[in-house]
Amino acid sequence: MTEDQVKQIVIDIINEIAPDEDTSGLKGEISLRDQMDLDSMDFLDIVMELRKQHGIEVPEADYPELASLDSCATYLTPKFNAK
Amino acid sequence: MQNSQGFTWLTAARLPVLLLHPLTMQQTRIVITGVGLTSPNGNTLEEYRKNLLEGIAGVQLIDMRYMGEVPAGVCDFDPKKYQTRKELRVGTRAGSIAIYAAHEAIAHSGIDFATFDKTRIGVYVGTTEHGNVETENEVYNISKFDYDTKFWTHHHNPRTVANNPAGEITINMGITGPHYTIGAACAAGNAGLIQAVQMLRLGEVDLALAGGVSESIQSFGIFAGFKSQGALGSHDDINKASRPFDKSRNGIVVSEGGAIYTLERLDDALARNANILGEIIGYRINSDASDYVLPNPERQAECMRAALDNAGLSAHEVDLVNTHATSTPQGDIQECKAIAEVFGSSPTTYINNTKSFIGHAMGAAGALELAGNLPSFQDHIIHPTINVDELDPECALANLVINEPRKVDAVKVILNNSFGMLGINSALIVRNFEN
Repeated sequence: MTEDQVKQIVIDIINEIAPDEDTSGLKGEISLRDQMDLDSMDFLDIVMELRKQHGIEVPEADYPELASLDSCATYLTPKFNAK
Repeated sequence: MQNSQGFTWLTAARLPVLLLHPLTMQQTRIVITGVGLTSPNGNTLEEYRKNLLEGIAGVQLIDMRYMGEVPAGVCDFDPKKYQTRKELRVGTRAGSIAIYAAHEAIAHSGIDFATFDKTRIGVYVGTTEHGNVETENEVYNISKFDYDTKFWTHHHNPRTVANNPAGEITINMGITGPHYTIGAACAAGNAGLIQAVQMLRLGEVDLALAGGVSESIQSFGIFAGFKSQGALGSHDDINKASRPFDKSRNGIVVSEGGAIYTLERLDDALARNANILGEIIGYRINSDASDYVLPNPERQAECMRAALDNAGLSAHEVDLVNTHATSTPQGDIQECKAIAEVFGSSPTTYINNTKSFIGHAMGAAGALELAGNLPSFQDHIIHPTINVDELDPECALANLVINEPRKVDAVKVILNNSFGMLGINSALIVRNFEN
């Protein structure tokens, strides 16, 4: 799985949990919270959907790795490829 | 210690307390200035009233988890009118109903909400129960993951805290005054309104959003519980499943819905030239102290009489009694006994029922049923109870308005009954406003 595919998975989850947000022009290097109205519960939703839909576990200590699309891709791609 | 005038120091010390006695607080008149609602047969007061007068019920079959099809009252308001899709995903159905009804009430009241001091608004929402729906959903969710609790949602606790529907109103509308729910079983709609009256009289708030809500149709446990109790209504014609006072009635139709009112002190309402829909002039809540589910007509009668005393009225001054009757074989008879005892010698007190149209909206019932009758102050028509094919002789109250609306000379006073499990009774008295 490529980093772009992982980014799309994260975007799909955001579209599901925050359906009012426009995710079409998200910039990879900028914090998701700086581009959308996401709160801490939303990030917990992202963690939950990664677990439910893809069997990916994100330990609490690693939550900062989900800050931006780029950091999500860097952190999550090895996890997807290790499945 | 007593002086020569028979005046005791003990009495003097209690004077400040006496000034706060309920009889003193009742000097402050509290009025209804707005109503917002969603019921299974209407999403505005006008639509709801029209259907009550035209005999149009709103019960349908829904597919209930583990149970199959059951009759239920379902609302079809547009939740996106006042909530984002994200709010809808995170919140509860009770919260959505409450938010919709609260916004509609504010709009109906004509209050300039944008400039109103949000710290002085109180939100008091009656609920029969809260959290069953969300907990059942989550247990079902983790059943798909071999009951591994790491799949249990982090939204569970904010969704299930008892203040949820009232709290969702405050978050959505930016209200920073007090909020809480009133858990009072199926007397909760009246109880929410009574709490608001008390808080306005105490000066705790300047505007109250109060009433009741129900999301109970999403809980299989509510339906299964009534079924196990032998109290779940049914009929081949689904809109006849709820048929209080009919000889063949066989139980409750569970419904969702909500009604939220704006309540204000009379002086405040007059100062802004509000359209006053009615004045709450009396109330009473009491307890049966006798059984978990079986009603107690003696205590119900006592509740109605105490509400009349509180309002300073005699029974014959009440024009309309809206019954709580839920279409259970025993409960309807018990309430009729209580009403006959209090109003039996009152030839101009008419009796009706709303659950025959919309089912039992649980915590919303009292608030919704009062709303359906408020327009009778203007149109002088009493909506009927429908679905009475054969009147049960044990429910044959003299002035029961059956199947067809009744035009009367005037409706000036309504007594609204709502009773609930664990033996909680409530009676609320509203008078057409006269300054």
